Amino acid sequence: MSELQVKSLFASGHTACAGCGQSIAARLVINAAGSNTIIANNTGCLEVFTTKYPESAWRVPWVHSLFENAAAVASGIEAALIFQGKKDKISVIAQAGDGGTADIGMQALSGIWERKHDVLAICYDNEAYENTGIQRSGLTPYGASTTTSPSGAQSFGNPKLKKPMPEIANAHGIAYVATASVGFPQDLQRKVKKALSIKGPKYLQIHVPCPLGWGYPSSLTYQIAKLAVGTGLYPLIEYENGMLIGVRKISSKSVEEYLKPQRRFRHIINNPDELAKIQEIANNNIKKYNLVAEGN
Amino acid sequence: MKEFLEGSQAIAKVVSLCRPGVISAYPITPQTHIVEGLAQLVADGKLDSQFINVESEHSAASLVLGGSATGVRVYTATSAQGLFLMAEVLFNIAGMRLPVVLTCANRAMSAPISIWNDQQDSVSLRDSGLIQFYAENNQEAVDLHLIAYRLAEDKDVMLPAMVCIDGYILTHGIETVDMPTQEEVDKFLPRYQPPYNLDVDHPLTLGFLADPDYYMETRFAIQETYKEIVKFMPQLFEQFSSAFGRSYNFVEKYHLEDADKVIVAMGSVCGTIKDVVDELRKKGKRVGLLKIMVLRPFPNQQICNALKGISRIAVLDRALSLGSIAPLASEIKASFFGKKKAPKIISSFIAGLGGRDITKDSIKEIFRQLNQKEITGNFIDLKPELLQAPLETTLGNRSF
Ligand SMILES: Cc1ncc(C[n+]2csc(CCOP(=O)(O)OP(=O)(O)O)c2C)c(N)n1
Ligand SMILES: [Mg+2]
Repeated sequence: MSELQVKSLFASGHTACAGCGQSIAARLVINAAGSNTIIANNTGCLEVFTTKYPESAWRVPWVHSLFENAAAVASGIEAALIFQGKKDKISVIAQAGDGGTADIGMQALSGIWERKHDVLAICYDNEAYENTGIQRSGLTPYGASTTTSPSGAQSFGNPKLKKPMPEIANAHGIAYVATASVGFPQDLQRKVKKALSIKGPKYLQIHVPCPLGWGYPSSLTYQIAKLAVGTGLYPLIEYENGMLIGVRKISSKSVEEYLKPQRRFRHIINNPDELAKIQEIANNNIKKYNLVAEGN
Repeated sequence: MKEFLEGSQAIAKVVSLCRPGVISAYPITPQTHIVEGLAQLVADGKLDSQFINVESEHSAASLVLGGSATGVRVYTATSAQGLFLMAEVLFNIAGMRLPVVLTCANRAMSAPISIWNDQQDSVSLRDSGLIQFYAENNQEAVDLHLIAYRLAEDKDVMLPAMVCIDGYILTHGIETVDMPTQEEVDKFLPRYQPPYNLDVDHPLTLGFLADPDYYMETRFAIQETYKEIVKFMPQLFEQFSSAFGRSYNFVEKYHLEDADKVIVAMGSVCGTIKDVVDELRKKGKRVGLLKIMVLRPFPNQQICNALKGISRIAVLDRALSLGSIAPLASEIKASFFGKKKAPKIISSFIAGLGGRDITKDSIKEIFRQLNQKEITGNFIDLKPELLQAPLETTLGNRSF
């Protein structure tokens, strides 16, 4: 059955912006996970645009507590389900934005990984604190101009590299770690299902372009998402028990193609030195993960 | 059955009799013995519970939030810094109407860091939405946990409750406690039947965003619930009394009948005050004690009734509201505003901060100072020699 025929577990009518990558990804995730799922959600855009009282987009049990604690809340849900003898039938997801995952929620997340809770942690990576007005997070990419890492006479935007969350997750010795992109919906859903088929902690980081925060026309979300992967800037990788088991091969487009439509990189486009630095980030990923398909 | 137990062990035991399905906590003195006790009970197979060691109090509170939202009875415990790391979550638990029960082993707030007792930690969270009980001794500590669970989980309440026990004085004090049996507890506290919970068969959204059209009513609803609690708590105390033979109330009146000088206080210091009252009464002094057992809901009516016609009241706070009147004193004064039979004098005293002993002499000094002139915020047992030193040393900051 196609997804349209079955009732989506994520109802329409929520208040996300046009072209919001996160809302598309969230729907793909829950529909792949199925109705026997309980979600704990951090504060952030997703929580705000899906649960403005008295309406909710969620047709599964869903709880939002705070900005930094969804992982800990999820481990409490898991513990309660074990106590009730229901855990085997029910999946638990802890989901958050990049800020809620890599910055303020990092401690709680590290806690559930170390304690080996059977929880899938999902990071919707829109590369900034979008909900509060596009501030820089630990997953904002190098060079991106945000409201707290603005470009200017003395600045080329965010001066730091993305925090290597998949590696940090792997360092905890967890069962499954992967990145995905809203530009590749089937791959994304396959990874959700695979993750949930494995017992123990799992981490899935999904690249979700944000038209408002990144400054591109809302019709381009898929193209932007695909370009991030296609340039090597957002490698789609998959690990089981710390072993790299899969990468999505690319034809290695120039990063300029990805950066150009986005206002957050406007100051980079005409600066060959900065452009070269970002190309080098992509090149390093390509080398590290062997991203380019043979024969290309 | 009468048992000779450390306070923390007694609390661990009674909590285990309440059969929480999820327990999570983080070590902090003087709370730690309680959860160590529970960990041992789980390890020995005497308690069927998910006991989860977490990486912070913030996560301990969040974890029990998740467990409670899933429909299971939960427990956590903490002190001072830990309570404040939980604070964000505790407001959240109250707003989400989840019946989490926790123990606060009262300890002073840093800085300077102190592991010793006062009540600044829990008293500072009086606006969080938590029901707050204060125990005088370990028997009360045990009993108040049973009452806390019953009250918190009542369908008309559904609020978190905190039992506050003075750190070290009670947590580490060894006393005889009449420990209820499992059968008695099961009868008084039946299995938790959540009126709402996260359930895949009946999807529920919990923790909405409420805009200005909706937020205020959610807070109003909690305020209304507190009014209801005040109305039906006497019934619960009654039920407790017929089940276990021990009677409690919002307040305990000790020799108030003909008293003209009364101290109002909370927690273990009430034991010392009772001794002093006994001594002074033998000498013909008309003194008494009003012990506050429930800080939230604040029992204004019961307090006013108990103290009406008494001319001089001393409120003893083991906490401050820096820059204003001490918290308990301020609330007691507010309770009497505009009342006809208000005491002539409501003086405020601060004692026992950061674990300084409140001795019988300290209490006698309070009665002595409670005369014709109203006093606001006198500190008892300050050390003059430290006050004469430069402010720098008083603050605890020194260069060497
Ligand atoms: C303790 C705390 N600090 C700050 C905030 C404010 N805040 C709410 S959402 C948010 C940003 C969320 O960013 P992210 O996790 O990346 O999610 P996004 O909105 O981008 O999807 C911030 C800073 C908060 N709610 N709580
Ligand atoms: Mg974000």
